[in-house]
Amino acid sequence: MSWILILEQSLNGLQFGLMLFLLAAGLTLVFGIMDMINLAHGSLYMLGAFFAATLVQATGSFALGVLLAIPATALAGMLLEVAVLRTLYARDHLSQVLATFALILIANEVVRIVWGSDLQMTMPAALSGPVQLLPGMPYPAYRLLIIGVGLAVAALLYVLVAKTRIGMLVRAGASNREMALAMGVNIQRLFTLVFGVGAALCAVAGAMLGPLFAVQVGMGESILILAFVVIVIGGIGSIRGALVGAVLVGMVDTIGRAFLPHLFGLFLPPQFASAAGPAIASVLVYLLMAVVLFVRPQGLFPARG
Amino acid sequence: MKNRLLALAAGFAFTMLAASAGAADKVKIGFVSTLSGPSAALGVDIRDAFTLAVKLNGGKLGGLSAEILIGDDQFKPDVGRQLAEKFVKLDKVDFLTGYVFSNIMLASIPVAFENKVIYVSPNAAPSPLAGKQCNPYFFAVAWPNDAYHEAAGQYATQKGYKSTYLIAPNYQAGKDSLGGFKRFYKGKIADEVYTQLGQLDYAAELAQVRAAKPEALYIFLPGGMGINFIKQFVASGLSKDVQLITPGFGSDQDVIRPVGDAMLGLFDTSHWALDFDNPANKKFVAEFEKEYKRLPSVFAAQGYDTALLIDSAVREVKGKLDDKEAVRRALKAAKFASVRGNFKFNRNQYPIQNYVLRVVGRDAQGRLVNKTIATVFKDHGDAYVQDCAMK
Repeated sequence: MSWILILEQSLNGLQFGLMLFLLAAGLTLVFGIMDMINLAHGSLYMLGAFFAATLVQATGSFALGVLLAIPATALAGMLLEVAVLRTLYARDHLSQVLATFALILIANEVVRIVWGSDLQMTMPAALSGPVQLLPGMPYPAYRLLIIGVGLAVAALLYVLVAKTRIGMLVRAGASNREMALAMGVNIQRLFTLVFGVGAALCAVAGAMLGPLFAVQVGMGESILILAFVVIVIGGIGSIRGALVGAVLVGMVDTIGRAFLPHLFGLFLPPQFASAAGPAIASVLVYLLMAVVLFVRPQGLFPARG
Repeated sequence: MKNRLLALAAGFAFTMLAASAGAADKVKIGFVSTLSGPSAALGVDIRDAFTLAVKLNGGKLGGLSAEILIGDDQFKPDVGRQLAEKFVKLDKVDFLTGYVFSNIMLASIPVAFENKVIYVSPNAAPSPLAGKQCNPYFFAVAWPNDAYHEAAGQYATQKGYKSTYLIAPNYQAGKDSLGGFKRFYKGKIADEVYTQLGQLDYAAELAQVRAAKPEALYIFLPGGMGINFIKQFVASGLSKDVQLITPGFGSDQDVIRPVGDAMLGLFDTSHWALDFDNPANKKFVAEFEKEYKRLPSVFAAQGYDTALLIDSAVREVKGKLDDKEAVRRALKAAKFASVRGNFKFNRNQYPIQNYVLRVVGRDAQGRLVNKTIATVFKDHGDAYVQDCAMK
């Protein structure tokens, strides 16, 4: 176990975390501002990936395809908000969960009818191999691109939320919805906009992860669970919380999977270590969530004081 | 009124009894499989090939008109069980078939056994049913669950790989698969890693593989997990130094389609391949592609063989489907031209057959397909048959 391996695994954790952040940021905004549990968030991620895969193939350019997929998915998200979700805001969380779960099933079947059960999405040839980051440490070029995109989007979101008028309204909505409404904020338009931004972030995540993960029906459900863990750890409604939570989850998950089985092997008998290592590594993020909930039930950076 | 109804019911019962004593005029098949959700591709291929075989046969099985009742288990054992109960008890099917996944099948088929309905398995063939719990009403058409892994282990030994790194999900089938590999692999195990079921990102595991420097890497990662892994494996640049080996279903058409060129040069082991040179297979591949505009996967080949097997047995007993012993003997004889070439049933009603090594390459039209390279096992059975009390 050399320091190069530890460094490489940390980069892996950071990269995974930043991708989770893109999903969690949209989820936390929708949940925090609209008080709406949207299980269909993962379906938008799937839609983003399918749009990107189709458009990359149609245009022949990776960058162009991904850039076109983002507004397409944002539009689909806003349409969804106007057509279906708007009527759910006043309902209780159970109705929202049921309705958006139904949306997951509908989205899966619609995608299957339109595209089939999976699509092929390959990374641009120039980035498909590893680059020599340090002597003895090759690292996949494409994963470096993901880290770059993740950091850029995080910075962009920070500027948007902290420095612009729309961001101010979003923050106002997140910390006290009724008061923002009383102050004359057009909540309905704001909600549609926030939903569109959330869908766009989903598209970025789906498009960037398409070449690494399977672009297939149902891809949104498995990653959605982790996104929920992230926003619970980070504090609901907080972008900063989502960033910290996501990187924390990415790191803990990756480092745990990489080193825990060997760590256990140092002080436990081998037959026990080989059984306990993977088992505990796979629940490590949930342990982390439990600890955070115990110490700070409102999450690390809650939006509501 | 009540008496007349009773009389009518009795009349029906007697006529049905009378009818069932002779030869049946049609054969009823209950087909339950996973046809929706993320894992649907496999069940859909089995169903499409099964119905194709019946269609090519003029809508008949063994000369009788075939009625196929299709149900979707939704990847849920309880739903699978309900459908099995309905097909067996209410619809009184002659054969039950279809299940893809062992866990759903094991939950569902006891009702068939209890009612003496034969289950012809187009895919799942778990080890318990091969050994101590072997059952006269269970026929495994495809391959014992361990077989692909054993063949992969045998190939790695033949090839002389000194060290192999193993990865599988952390659940029973994952452990069984690596157990099967180790049964025939004589080299050194670099490490044996169990990952989370449904894991997305394998960067951590790939970095560990790079550090361990094995000669070969064997993965059992079904469905989306395998697609994720292979894409990331190639992006990491490891494919230049480490030979990736998978079981046949881990790199078949349903995985090749979403992964693409990254699959080139990957080795896998299977009991069937597109290019098997026998008339039955040539007809199957051509007809399947004509009907569905895609290449068949190994699952499709299994579904097709299942229909042909039932067809041969119904013909052999001349439609006397109530004589279960005769039907069993006819099934066990397996008198049909299988798309895999020759095979026979062992006494536990699991197949004894050849397993081949395949590599992903391009066919004449430039499409990515599995090509057969060599035979790994000849007439290979399973390791559990000695525990089976059936003769």
